[in-house]
Amino acid sequence: MSGNMNLTLKVWRQKNDKTRGKFITYQANNISPDMSFLEMLDVVNEELVRKGEDPIHFDHDCREGICGMCSLHINGRPHGPKQGTTTCQLHMRSFHDGQTIVIEPWRAAAFPVIKDLAVDRSAFDRIQQAGGYINVNTGGVPDANSIPIPKVIADEAFESATCISCGACVAACKNASAMLFVSAKISQYALLPQGQTERYSRAQAMVAQMDAEGFGSCTNTGACEAECPVGIKLTNIARMNREYLTAKLFKEEEPH
Amino acid sequence: MLDSKVPAGPLAEKWSKHKFNLKLVNPANKRKYTIIVVGTGLAGSSAAASLAELGYNVKAFCYQDSPRRAHSIAAQGGINAAKNYQNDGDSVYRLFYDTIKGGDYRAREANVYRLAEVSVNIIDQCVAQGVPFAREYGGLLDNRSFGGAQVSRTFYARGQTGQQLLLGAYSALNRQINKGKVTMYNRHEMLDLVTIDGHARGIITRNMVTGAIESHEGHAVLLCTGGYGNVFFLSTNAMGCNVTAAWRAHKRGAFFGNPCYTQIHPTCIPVTGDHQSKLTLMSESLRNDGRVWVPKTVELAQKLRKGEIKISDIKEADRDYYLERKYPSFGNLVPRDVASRNAKEVVDEGRGVGASGIAVFLDFEDAIKRLGEDTVRAKYGNLFDMYYQITDENPYKQPMRIYPAVHYTMGGLWVDYNLMTTVPGLYALGECNFSDHGANRLGASALMQGLADGYFVIPYTVGDYLAGLGFDPVDKNHPNFEKTRKEVEDNVRKLLSLKGSKTVDDIHKKLGHIMWEYCGMARNEVGLTKAKGLIQELRKEFWSDVTVLGENEEMNQSLEKAGRVADFLELGELMVDDALNRRESCGGHFREESQTEEGEAKRDDKNFRYVAAWEYKGENQPEVLHKEPLEFENVKLTQRSYK
Repeated sequence: MSGNMNLTLKVWRQKNDKTRGKFITYQANNISPDMSFLEMLDVVNEELVRKGEDPIHFDHDCREGICGMCSLHINGRPHGPKQGTTTCQLHMRSFHDGQTIVIEPWRAAAFPVIKDLAVDRSAFDRIQQAGGYINVNTGGVPDANSIPIPKVIADEAFESATCISCGACVAACKNASAMLFVSAKISQYALLPQGQTERYSRAQAMVAQMDAEGFGSCTNTGACEAECPVGIKLTNIARMNREYLTAKLFKEEEPH
Repeated sequence: MLDSKVPAGPLAEKWSKHKFNLKLVNPANKRKYTIIVVGTGLAGSSAAASLAELGYNVKAFCYQDSPRRAHSIAAQGGINAAKNYQNDGDSVYRLFYDTIKGGDYRAREANVYRLAEVSVNIIDQCVAQGVPFAREYGGLLDNRSFGGAQVSRTFYARGQTGQQLLLGAYSALNRQINKGKVTMYNRHEMLDLVTIDGHARGIITRNMVTGAIESHEGHAVLLCTGGYGNVFFLSTNAMGCNVTAAWRAHKRGAFFGNPCYTQIHPTCIPVTGDHQSKLTLMSESLRNDGRVWVPKTVELAQKLRKGEIKISDIKEADRDYYLERKYPSFGNLVPRDVASRNAKEVVDEGRGVGASGIAVFLDFEDAIKRLGEDTVRAKYGNLFDMYYQITDENPYKQPMRIYPAVHYTMGGLWVDYNLMTTVPGLYALGECNFSDHGANRLGASALMQGLADGYFVIPYTVGDYLAGLGFDPVDKNHPNFEKTRKEVEDNVRKLLSLKGSKTVDDIHKKLGHIMWEYCGMARNEVGLTKAKGLIQELRKEFWSDVTVLGENEEMNQSLEKAGRVADFLELGELMVDDALNRRESCGGHFREESQTEEGEAKRDDKNFRYVAAWEYKGENQPEVLHKEPLEFENVKLTQRSYK
């Protein structure tokens, strides 16, 4: 087909977290601009399998930009060259014929490589488990409309709540800091009336877990915001710092 | 005999009475029981969290790297609840009625009524968890309308409702993980069910990082593993969605209900080529403001496809807004099955649009004129962006092109009123079961059902079973654990020994073509019979000529895919058998032999007013059909009309 491209891929291959990895070069030929980036990798993998070679392993699932499972550092940028998009929603029309594309996993000590381009992001789950919730049991809650929430507040909480937990913020940060991710959750609850009762213990517990996981510190560079596929704002970090400081200075209590 | 265990008494009192009659487990005794929950979407996460809150020990499993990534996350449009916040005539009864009618009278009345009844609690629960639903300026919750209903009862969080609801359930799950009441197993795939004396007592899983094949014991097993739309290869499901857990349970004695009931969603982004790996849905909520049309004549459509004319060259009078024309009272908001079939009809006539001609327009020009671009952006911004991203066409400037795609499976494991399958101690929740949507699911009802089952049904019904068990721990040294584990290992070894010339995707794509062609939007005797033979041949081809690389003791995506496709190849045949057996049209199941003069689905209530529940009888043996008659004591069966 006219308009199709031939590309050179340099892909990080690593058998597991015990072995050293290296870049291997592959050709991706006759790639349609309408393919998604992951569909391009599917094409390469089908060829590898036909040749009896182990396909390139990468995480992916919904391929709609919402599950947060796909990752990939593409030519030095998390989720590739296009702003505000996940790798699964990145299409090959963002590349040109003859281009060389370097594909790496997320690089962060807290995200060890499992195989090739797939990394272990369970640290994110553990941070959420430390306090990313409101303590309510099923049943016995008030009528939904008994808690009016100003639309601007609800909308702002929603903006923070849209984080897909992909880890691009960590991958983009020179310190591998997870502050954007953690602050999005803390902000969502700090903004909403339902989150008030535990807002300070929550901030302390989640930050403590974040530190325990080995993520780096924030130096306000803003790379995380620039690379976030869903537009989580840096102001969340400012809010988290305020929540955390207030908690530490005035509201210190045992994290539950 | 199938016993649905639907309690006696008036419809509106059944659930209350039943809850009272169910046995309870004393709070101090709950910690003596372990419950296995497979899948962490809305049904699984909500069930795992709620059961742990009650005091049970829960082991939860998901194949993704985090429970938050289950495919419920991708649900866009909203969740129904009979709150009647809009004062527009809604009620529990109306939601019940709309759902029964929408399902074309092939669902159980009692289950559907209970679903409508608990729908109101779901919204309360989610708000208490901090789910940021859309709100009015006064601070109260906003609603919108959805297909198959004439009231506004759909709660939403922009076009990301599934994400926000799942994150709510995930937060409740995290809280219980933190408390030590839930043990979470990420990147684990269930590969078989362990039964002892006919009761479900555990599962066999594969650790997808290390390859370890492990046994897990529990007093009850809950399958919350979603639907099987990926049997079609192309669907709106996530890449990893599969039938394996449900299918293995089926082979261990759980009957499969109505496997042929598939929902083909009308508004998806059309296929662009052979490289396509999945299809993307555009939320049904778009039909609130978007108008569906194609050119009035084949000639105009041809010119448009060839690029001889532009869309704007087609005058208003030359546009056929076929849904508004044929169904004036519901217009663009007809149920999904009706909208899909009509799209297929106009495309088959040669009036389709886009380069392939396999698409129709969904046009927002009027909505933008009426509401302004900003309002449209506020309502649907993320969906428009997604469309733009994928197609490189700006939907604010030109109509979207859409076409139906496989989206949801109403069929699933047969369950009784308690959500228990035909294997005692084995439950199925959410899309995994067959129970609430009949032959067609209405929009915004899947989220409702998943959360209803997990938050408000299973916490009551599972206790009734456990209370009859005694307190003995499950014997993990029982030989059935070792036996089943060995069978799983043998199967893995067998798959890894396959070194043919085809890839697993080659076979999966072929299966998808067969299913779409013969068991898709329209089905007939000849096609289905042909499909059955083709699937049998394809299964042979898989086991003789496919190649599976790598070894078990590592992350191995070839092996994962192969196991799933092997099960789809068996399920596909059962779907065809079920479609062959049901010689009537109902909802998403359209048998060309059975239609009204106007081309609508024509039911045969005399002969097919039943749930088809299939019993597995062994390798390459025909499955045995059991029938659960559907009794309608409250609604009158009529030919569905949305005119």
